[in-house]
Amino acid sequence: MTQSVMIAMSGGVDSSVAAVLLLEQGCRVVGATLKLFSNDDIGLDPSSRTCCSLSDVEDARSVAYRLNIDHFVFNFGDEFNRDVIARFAEAYLQGRTPNPCIDCNRFIKFDKLLERARLLGVDHIATGHYAQVARDENTGRWLLKKSADASKDQTYVLAALTQEQLSRTLFPLGGLTKGAVRAIAAERGLINAKKPDSQDICFVPDGDYAAFIENVLGYKSVPGNFTDSAGRVLGTHKGIIHYTIGQRRGLGLAADRPKYVIGKDLAANTVVVGDEEELYSPAMTVGDLNLIAVESIPAPMRATVKTRYSQKETPATLYPPENGRMTVVFDRPQRAVTSGQAAVFYDGDTVLGGGTIV
Amino acid sequence: MSKIVYADNAATTFLSKHALEAMMPFLTDQPGNASTVYAYGRAAKRAVEDARSKVAAAIGAKPEEVYFTSGGTESDNWAIKGVVELRKNKGKHIISTEIEHHAVQHTLQYLEKQGYEVTYLKVDQYGNISLDDLRAAIRPDTILITVMTANNEIGTILPIAEIGAIAQEKGILFHTDAVQAVGHIPVNVSEMNVDLLSLSGHKFKGPKGTGALYMKKGLRLPALLQGGGQERGVRSGTENVPGIVGLGAALEEATANLGESMKRLAAMREKLVKGLTAIPYTRLTGDPVHRLPGIASFVFECVEGESMVLLLDQNGICGSSGSACSSGSLDPSHVLMAIGLPHEIAHGSLRLSLNEDNTEEDIDYLLEKIPPVIERLRAMSPLWEDKMAGIAAAAAAK
Repeated sequence: MTQSVMIAMSGGVDSSVAAVLLLEQGCRVVGATLKLFSNDDIGLDPSSRTCCSLSDVEDARSVAYRLNIDHFVFNFGDEFNRDVIARFAEAYLQGRTPNPCIDCNRFIKFDKLLERARLLGVDHIATGHYAQVARDENTGRWLLKKSADASKDQTYVLAALTQEQLSRTLFPLGGLTKGAVRAIAAERGLINAKKPDSQDICFVPDGDYAAFIENVLGYKSVPGNFTDSAGRVLGTHKGIIHYTIGQRRGLGLAADRPKYVIGKDLAANTVVVGDEEELYSPAMTVGDLNLIAVESIPAPMRATVKTRYSQKETPATLYPPENGRMTVVFDRPQRAVTSGQAAVFYDGDTVLGGGTIV
Repeated sequence: MSKIVYADNAATTFLSKHALEAMMPFLTDQPGNASTVYAYGRAAKRAVEDARSKVAAAIGAKPEEVYFTSGGTESDNWAIKGVVELRKNKGKHIISTEIEHHAVQHTLQYLEKQGYEVTYLKVDQYGNISLDDLRAAIRPDTILITVMTANNEIGTILPIAEIGAIAQEKGILFHTDAVQAVGHIPVNVSEMNVDLLSLSGHKFKGPKGTGALYMKKGLRLPALLQGGGQERGVRSGTENVPGIVGLGAALEEATANLGESMKRLAAMREKLVKGLTAIPYTRLTGDPVHRLPGIASFVFECVEGESMVLLLDQNGICGSSGSACSSGSLDPSHVLMAIGLPHEIAHGSLRLSLNEDNTEEDIDYLLEKIPPVIERLRAMSPLWEDKMAGIAAAAAAK
């Protein structure tokens, strides 16, 4: 039986090539583009390019028409507001540093989109992510594996996918390098020169999260004290959401050595700063766990761990979770382990699971 | 081919065969530009004027009060921006409602950015405005009142004649967007006391890209488009002869049996309303009595509109939810919010719009296919699960 697949299309090179590859494999392919917000709603010029502006939807549609596949536009604005933007703001207000792309994958792309696909009688969804899905024949579990192009690997933002979601997901680009994808795009005339390769957080294209939370969502920041770890007041901060762990720039503190944000005390509305050494943690607690390659971790387990998107993995020991929380002890203390970011555990190229740093 | 029931006639309609036949000569062997003097041109001009007379007759106007445009949006833009230009020395205040079509609403929002002031009259749960509110909103610098004849999403018919009488008494120009009304209910410009009225061809089985603006004799709005001076110098551009002919023929046909057709449609609509409001947690939107005969509009609690439309499509049913937007996707409707529905309920809206092409069998098909779709979507909905759990808990507590 022909496999039917709904591909999430942005109009960019990656998702366009992914659609082409699925067609060449003989799948029945339909395209879908998500409309998650309006630029005016997030305080942007309607003409500026973000992943969900009207012109991006048109770009995606025009690629779908060129490939002669059906194309749908789904409006998940309410869900995006609730499950991504509101959670993002809430995390910042709680002093954490969230990664909204992970929530978008988990709650929108691999949940709502899959639900729409199934309504339309389509069993699988595909995206242009650089990652691979495989089945472990021994355990029967669905596996998430790194991209063949290590430099593009996106498993870090996909580690919240459930077994059910993985069983219905295809990543056509997973076995290719970015170079190979570009070559296919060039060969098929699918290069969209206007399209930026990837973005920061789509709804905060200028990267100023604090300004977004204040201006667009209307939260008022309350200034407070910078203190050192002994509680001595060193200066005044602009409001807790303006700072993240490990930040050095923009603190405006006069000191003989560089000072870094090492913690936040929400109750006291203080931002704790310290020397670089104080940024290192020997261990972390991870909640919101999602295990992929294994069903459970009954005994301490060796793994490599990633605590930021742009960070190299580091060896660590995972301890059996208690009450949904896992202790992870690093072989060597890690710099700027930040509450709210994802932690992803690997066994070689295979994702064991992941969660959110508490 | 499997069965398709087209129930989205408020979005657009199939072209009438009668209109197509009338248009054919002008798409094939009658190429004339209506402004030229030779036989082809004269034939084209005659056809355009003939269509103008038909449109005029259909709305109780004089032919010279009818100006052809590219559709409802252009007519609305022209009427509103034209009055603003014409009355620029008199004032900067406009009165409208919260439930206008985007062609009016977005034009007004544009003018607000230019420094005009707009009062949007609130509507009640049925989409009606209060005439007292209207009277209270009128100011010495009010230059225009623009209120739609009938709403495109919920079908409510507004008290246009009464609004027109107030406007007349106060000496304020009155425009109505009658795009959903013309060809569907009796429309008579003098009985309605309107100065300006917009209509659109493809809503009554005419061709797309055609429309007209009625402009009361003695009123001369400045042109929206400058050029060769067609349409008495106020709407330049070579006449869309086949389109205009099609519009005239379609409107003549639609109004010929209006009374009978309204009765038949209203009966079909009522059957649909009765059948679908029998589904629990479902309500009719819009005025139950003063509504367009062909529009049945609903909200289903705990159902998500976009999924509903997709599933109905899978069942061969063309209907709509919310208002279609240019992305081909859906946004919560300002009309449903204006009648006081909470956001999450407004999301579960469905509009089925019938016209004379629909049959009793269509209604039976809709009544057979829609309830299971609602049931399926509710079975998937966490909101529904919560609602049912809440009800069960409340029952157990008693």
